[in-house]
Amino acid sequence: MAILNFFVMGSRCAYYGQRAKGALFFVAQVVFILFMAFFGANNLLLFRTLGATEQHTVWDEALQINRVIRGDNSMIVLIFGVLTIVACIAFIVLYVMNIRMGNKAARMVAAGESPPSFKEDLYTLWHDKYHVVLLTLPTIGLVLFTVIPLIFMILMAFTNFDRMNQPPGRLFTWVGLDNFREITYANPRLSNTFFSILRWTLTWAVIATFSNYIGGMALALFINKKGIRFKAMWRSFFVVTIAVPQFVSLLVLRQLLNDNGTVNVILMNYLGWIDEPIRFWGTHARTTVLLANLWVGIPFTLLITTGILMNIPEELYESAKLDGAGPIMTFRKITLPYMLFITTPYLISQFVGNLNNFNVIWLTTAGQPLTLELYQAGRTDLLITWLYSLAVNEQDFRLAATIGILVFIVVATFSLISFNLLASRKREEEFS
Amino acid sequence: MRKKVGLVFSHVFLAILSIVWLLPIAWLVMHSFREEPGAFVSYVIPRGFTFQNYINLFTDTHLFNFPLWFWNTLRVAIASCLITSVLVLMVSYVFSRLRFTMRRAYMNLLLIIGMFPGVMALVAIFHVLNLIGLTQSLVGLTLVYSAGAATGFLIAKGFFDTIPRSIDEAATIDGASKNDIFWKITLPISRPIITYTLIISFIAPWGDFMLSSILMRGNQERFTVAVGLRQMIERETVSAYFTQFCAGAVIVAIPLMTLFLLTQRFYVEGIVGGASKG
Repeated sequence: MAILNFFVMGSRCAYYGQRAKGALFFVAQVVFILFMAFFGANNLLLFRTLGATEQHTVWDEALQINRVIRGDNSMIVLIFGVLTIVACIAFIVLYVMNIRMGNKAARMVAAGESPPSFKEDLYTLWHDKYHVVLLTLPTIGLVLFTVIPLIFMILMAFTNFDRMNQPPGRLFTWVGLDNFREITYANPRLSNTFFSILRWTLTWAVIATFSNYIGGMALALFINKKGIRFKAMWRSFFVVTIAVPQFVSLLVLRQLLNDNGTVNVILMNYLGWIDEPIRFWGTHARTTVLLANLWVGIPFTLLITTGILMNIPEELYESAKLDGAGPIMTFRKITLPYMLFITTPYLISQFVGNLNNFNVIWLTTAGQPLTLELYQAGRTDLLITWLYSLAVNEQDFRLAATIGILVFIVVATFSLISFNLLASRKREEEFS
Repeated sequence: MRKKVGLVFSHVFLAILSIVWLLPIAWLVMHSFREEPGAFVSYVIPRGFTFQNYINLFTDTHLFNFPLWFWNTLRVAIASCLITSVLVLMVSYVFSRLRFTMRRAYMNLLLIIGMFPGVMALVAIFHVLNLIGLTQSLVGLTLVYSAGAATGFLIAKGFFDTIPRSIDEAATIDGASKNDIFWKITLPISRPIITYTLIISFIAPWGDFMLSSILMRGNQERFTVAVGLRQMIERETVSAYFTQFCAGAVIVAIPLMTLFLLTQRFYVEGIVGGASKG
C-alpha cells in the first residue's frame, strides 16, 4: 500500500479512511498528467530553444502564391514554459504533501487512533491553520500578476528578444549572460550610457531624498517657532498641495517652467530681471527636476514632521534651556536625534522610491534633453525611465529586462543594508 | 525691537514660500477659466474668464472623451480599492496576529518581490493579459492594480500590531474562532487603518500614469484620466486644448483633495506609525 501511494496519489489516505482527501489528491494527479501529456511536455521541449521553426513562406504550386507557414511564437513558448514550470512546482509540493499525509494517517492507525476526517481537517484549517485560509487568495493574485510576470521578465534578460528578433515573424532564443556583458563592458556605448545613468540615478536619489527631508523639516521647525502667528494656516497652505494629484501638479510645473512658461514671463515681463528666457528644461534640466521634486516633496515631509515635532516631550526642551543650551544645541541634541529615530524607515522608503521615481521624471522632462553621448536616453533619464523607453518605444525587451534586474540589485542592496541597520525591527513583538 | 523685526521678516519669508507653493495651483484654476486659447500666454492673469472650457470638456468629446475617461477611472478605482483593501487587510492581519512556520520568511519574500521595479513586470503582464484576452480592458487594469496588493502589508500590519493581544485571547476563551476574531473583533476596531487603506488604494489609479499608459496604449476608449490628460497636451494638440486640460485637471483634483483632507490624520499615522514598527 505504501508503494502504491508513490504512483497513485491519495491511495494511502483513502485506504486509511480519508476518502475525500484521497479523492482530491487523485483528481490533482489526473489533471496534472493530462496537462503534461497534451500541453506541458511539448512546452518544456520547446522551452529549451524557445521554439524550433521560424515563420517562413512556401511556394504553393497549386495556388501559384507564396503561402506563409506559421512558426513557433517564442514569446508564447516562454510564457507557457514558465506556467508549466510553475505547475510542475505546484505538483511537486502536492506530491510531497500526499506522501506526508499518507504516512501520517498510517502512523495514526498503527497507534490505534483514527485519522482526522475531512470535516475535522476543515475545522483545523479554520482554527489552527487560519493563516492558510487568509493567505491563499492574496498569494494566488501575487503569483499570477507579479511573480510569473517577474520570472518571465527575468528570463527575458537572458534572451535576444529585441526589435530585430520579434515574434511572430522571428524567433528569439537563449543567449546566456551576453546582455549583462554588453551592458557592463562589452559594448562601450551601452555601458557608458548605463554607468552614466546609474551615477545620475544615485545622485538624484541622494539629493532628492535629503533635500526634501531637510527642507521639509526646516520648514516645519520654522513654522513651529515661537512668535509665528497663524501656524495652522501656513501649514495648510503647503499641505493643500499634496492633495492635488501628483500627475496634475507635475504637468503644471512642466508648463510653468517652459521657455515660454509663466515663470519666465514673470521674470522677464513683470520683474525685468532677465532678458532671455531661462531654459529650465534645457541646460538646467537636472537642477530643475530636483527643484520640481522639492516642490512636490517638501509638503509631505512638513506634514509628517509636524506631527512628530509636537510629540517631543516639552520637558526635554525646558530642562535643556535650564542647562543653558541654545537653540542650535537643542536642535542637535534633542530634535534631530528624535526625528531621525522615528523617521529613518520613512527616509529609507523615500530613498528607494526616488531611485525608481518614474512620475517626477517622466511627467516633467520625459528624460530630455536628449544627448548623443547616451544610447536612447536623455540627461535626466533615470534607470527606470530609460528602461521604460527601451521597452515601450524601442521594443528592446532584452536590454529593458537586463536593466530591470540591475535596478533590482541596486534597490535591494540599499534596502537590505538599511533595514538590517535598523534596530526598530525588533520592536515588533513589543505589543504582543 | 530686533526680535520684532526678525518676526516680521519670518512672516514675509513664509508668505513668499506660500506664494511659490500656491501659485501653480492658483494658476491652474485661473487658466481653466481662461477665455483666450493657447498653451502659453505672455501674461499671468487671463484677460477674460469663461466657463466654456468646462462645458467643452464634457460636450466636445470627438477627439478627447474626458467624461468617458473619468467614468473608466472611477470604475477601476472603486473596484481595485475594494479588492486591494480586502487583500491587504487579510495579509497584514495574518502577519500581525497569527504565528506559523515560515512566517518571517514569507514576509521577507513579499518585501523582496515588492522591490522589483513595477515597470519590469509590465511588459510581461501585457503579454499575459494578451493571452487571456484582457489587454486594453478595464478588468485587466483593475486586476493589475489590485492583484499584487499583498506586498503592501507593512503599514496595516503596523496598525494591527498595536491592538492588544489580550482582546484576542479573551475572545478565544469565549469560544470565538480566528475567523470570528478577524471579522467581528479586529476589523470593527480598526476603522482608521481600513479608511487609510481604502483611500490610498482609491487614489492610486487616478494618479497612475505608467501602468495604464502601457496597457491602454493607443486605445483612447479605455484611457484613464491621467493618461488622457497627458495626451491632451501632446505637442500637436496642446495649443488648442490647453485650457481644457486645466479644466480637466481641476475636476480630477477636487474629489481627490476632499478625500485627502478628510483623512490627512490617518495618512500621517499610517506613514509614521506603520513605518517605525517595520
